[in-house]
Amino acid sequence: MIATWPCPGPHGQSEEYALALDRDRPRRLLIVPALFDEANRMRRMLVDMMRLLDQAGIDTFLPDLPGCNESLQDFTAQSLHGWRSAMLIAARHFRASEVLAVRGGALVYPNAMPGWVLEPAKGTSILRQMIRARVIAAREAGEHEDSADLLERGRTEGLELAGWRCGASLIAGLEHAMPEIEGQRLIAQSELGGGGGLWLRAEPAAAPAQSAALARIIAG
Amino acid sequence: MNDTMAAGTLMSDTDSTLRAILQDVLGLSAERVAAFDASTGLFGDLPELDSMAVAGLLTEIEDRLDIVIEDDEVDGELLESYGNLLSFLEAKVAA
Repeated sequence: MIATWPCPGPHGQSEEYALALDRDRPRRLLIVPALFDEANRMRRMLVDMMRLLDQAGIDTFLPDLPGCNESLQDFTAQSLHGWRSAMLIAARHFRASEVLAVRGGALVYPNAMPGWVLEPAKGTSILRQMIRARVIAAREAGEHEDSADLLERGRTEGLELAGWRCGASLIAGLEHAMPEIEGQRLIAQSELGGGGGLWLRAEPAAAPAQSAALARIIAG
Repeated sequence: MNDTMAAGTLMSDTDSTLRAILQDVLGLSAERVAAFDASTGLFGDLPELDSMAVAGLLTEIEDRLDIVIEDDEVDGELLESYGNLLSFLEAKVAA
């Protein structure tokens, strides 16, 4: 279930984990997760989807982005460019034949591969939301912080957002990053039935009907 | 117009959109969210609505209602109750 893949990081080679349902079958799907907290909120739904695809004869691989989840790399050293390289390396290592990018994963997935993109998110929207969370949390604590000032500081010094110590390169990268979809099929949340997008949820949850709908689209 | 009848009252588009978003964010049933009234407490009363969830909620509201909510418009009072948030948004949409 847990596979490893070699990934170069800013401090040399490191070993990263991936959740893998691998029986050496011809169809091999790399899943590039959403970014930050959205990845946690959607993980259960994606893992349930992986089990369904396993039953449908498709191998699946859900790698950690370096610095995230079980990764031992320093989160502050990460950038969109670094994550993009890492996902390409993971795709090659696992001999992926197709890719599913989820939300902010669309900013870093190997977009020369055939596949699907579920509700791609713009970098600026992800950043805006995390800065807003910080401003709201500060206000609750009786302090004042300004979004524009925070962004300016983040670009040069980095910024802690929702517990993530983002380096300056990650902040600067997110500010203008757009999903680059190159022939992959876009999947809208509305195609997955009711319940709403799990990335919006305040608490992580399973969504078996959404997992099944996504598995059906991918199995084709 | 796309007004929906709920609990015998005519609901505005903004009202139904806000309920739909809260349903998604809180993972509640349509029935539970339909029972929200002006005095239903939000931030502070719903433990799952932490600052990250509120930020997500506001961003989703901006997207679906095509409005921009400024930092200084977000205060404790705005998020205190369903009625406060709704009247703020209805004024925004009408502006």
